[in-house]
Amino acid sequence: MSTSEPAVICRDVVKTYGKGEIAVRALKGVSLEARFGELLMIVGPSGCGKTTLLSVMCGTLRADSGTIELFGKSISSMPERELTAFRARNVGFIFQQFNLVPTLTAQENVSIPRLLNGAPYATAQQDAGAMLAQVGLGGREKSFPSQMSGGQQQRVAISRAMVHQPRLVICDEPTASLDAAAGQRAMDLLRESARHPDRCVIVVTHDSRIFHYADRIVEMDDGLVTASQTASDYLRDHPHPHPQPKSHA
Amino acid sequence: MFRIALLMLFRDKAKYAMLISGLTFCSLLMSQQAGVFCGIMMWTTATLRNISSPVWVVDAKVQQINEVISLRDIDVQRVRSLPGVAWAVPLFWGIVQARLPDGSFQAIQLTGLDSSSFTGRPAVMLEGRVEDLRLPNSVIVDQVALEKLHRKGIDARIGTTFEINDEEARIVGICHTERSFLGQPYVYTTYERALQYMPAQRKMLAYVLAEPKPGVSPQEVVRQVNALPGLRAFDHDTFFRETMIWYIKNTGIPVSFGTVVLMGIIVGIAIAGQTFYLFVHDNLRYLAALKAMGAGTTKLVGMVLLQAFTTGFIGYGLGLGLAAIFGNSVLRNGTPPFYMPWQVPVFVGVVIALICSFSAAIGVAKVARLEAATVFK
Repeated sequence: MSTSEPAVICRDVVKTYGKGEIAVRALKGVSLEARFGELLMIVGPSGCGKTTLLSVMCGTLRADSGTIELFGKSISSMPERELTAFRARNVGFIFQQFNLVPTLTAQENVSIPRLLNGAPYATAQQDAGAMLAQVGLGGREKSFPSQMSGGQQQRVAISRAMVHQPRLVICDEPTASLDAAAGQRAMDLLRESARHPDRCVIVVTHDSRIFHYADRIVEMDDGLVTASQTASDYLRDHPHPHPQPKSHA
Repeated sequence: MFRIALLMLFRDKAKYAMLISGLTFCSLLMSQQAGVFCGIMMWTTATLRNISSPVWVVDAKVQQINEVISLRDIDVQRVRSLPGVAWAVPLFWGIVQARLPDGSFQAIQLTGLDSSSFTGRPAVMLEGRVEDLRLPNSVIVDQVALEKLHRKGIDARIGTTFEINDEEARIVGICHTERSFLGQPYVYTTYERALQYMPAQRKMLAYVLAEPKPGVSPQEVVRQVNALPGLRAFDHDTFFRETMIWYIKNTGIPVSFGTVVLMGIIVGIAIAGQTFYLFVHDNLRYLAALKAMGAGTTKLVGMVLLQAFTTGFIGYGLGLGLAAIFGNSVLRNGTPPFYMPWQVPVFVGVVIALICSFSAAIGVAKVARLEAATVFK
């Protein structure tokens, strides 16, 4: 599915938390590429640096050294204000706990990225409504997150991540709070969105039930990338108990 | 995004209600107490507002209008002899007990006007004419006297009589006056009759009211009077100001009201600050998500400020509105005093803005320190 053009390039990225004796090197020189049209999964044990890498890649965290390029543009030295605007335009986020604002309706939650990009309120709401309809939540626009199931909330979160047509979608454990069926449905949506030739989806996950959705799986351990394989190669080398639907494997 | 910020605020009903009630209470307490304070201050100057004169001449030791040290009768002539004075008339003012038709007693503020000019006459006559004071034993009473008489079941009207020092006083007119600090009714009569009503004393002249000649300022007349031994003069505005300053300096009124206003501020800060802190704290992870999604610190700070000042504005308005309702209801009864000059809403508005700034500062500090990456933790 992926095109040859890289969407994200990380080179020798180093990130250390704390100083002196308590310093923890979360990333020890990570190099990685993710391509347009690709759904890339980053897997590995807890504390291996997956989330740090994700944060550094999308520009919510500054690396100590190394370079990060998004769509051919280096974000390593980009001024904060410019980086924030860049992120608003180009990056969509899906969080583990969804992080939907509980006092906003589904439609209002989804409209936020459009509003952050300067869309008028009415237009943003209209786009959000259309996006919710695409993910099968037409008619639930006025529902608050507390009135929706976990799977529905995740679909709202996916709508929020996609509504402004970002080129990079960052997903942090997107199925961790979902049952199997809801997780599959969420991943179907993400898989579908990654088919866009001008989009790259990066998923950090522990959930082996969804590995087969990936085009490529990058394995990390102790702050380093230890392997990068196609999903089928990875699943062959790492057999696990969950049955994989053939269509995605 | 500012609309989103307001929706986040309005729909968090419990915290929103707490914020609004805290700020409303604070605004109400401050404006109501300040209004009553200003009302009391206005009461202290009631005589000045009920008796109009450009220049007031008093004993040299007098500091404010309600302090009467009697002058000699000759002092009227001394004032009249000044080059800047067009005319000067005596005014009697004293507190005396009146015996009502039912036998009960009521303290009154007896005001004796110059019988030829009626200088210092009531500005608003509700019934009767000031000139009727030339009739024997005649007095004009104010609406406060009527209220007090009616409260005692006495149907007072023109023609009703009562006694002052065993002498008959017949009501020939009813006027409207500003209530005084002591709360006693104003009873007007002529200067000569006032002296008859009062127990004889060596000196009975309370004030000399003077008018400057055309082209001469009241301040110039004041300067000329002050050059005379034993006399002191004030122009109307200065006497008004000096009276209020005297009450502020020499009574516990400002401290008493100031304490309540301070408590209002403290309560406002405590409730609004604490609730707004909780509001921001509870929303911190969502604000972090917004930051990750591309909301800059400036925008998030703007959202927090908008939320803080919106609650402040609504609380301020509600508090001021409730104070106005209170003021409107007490003004019908006449007590307690209530007067709200434009400075009171401005003062309360500034204090509420400061409370909101303080509350917002707590939230802003948290938002400014917020790292977008925390949303992944």
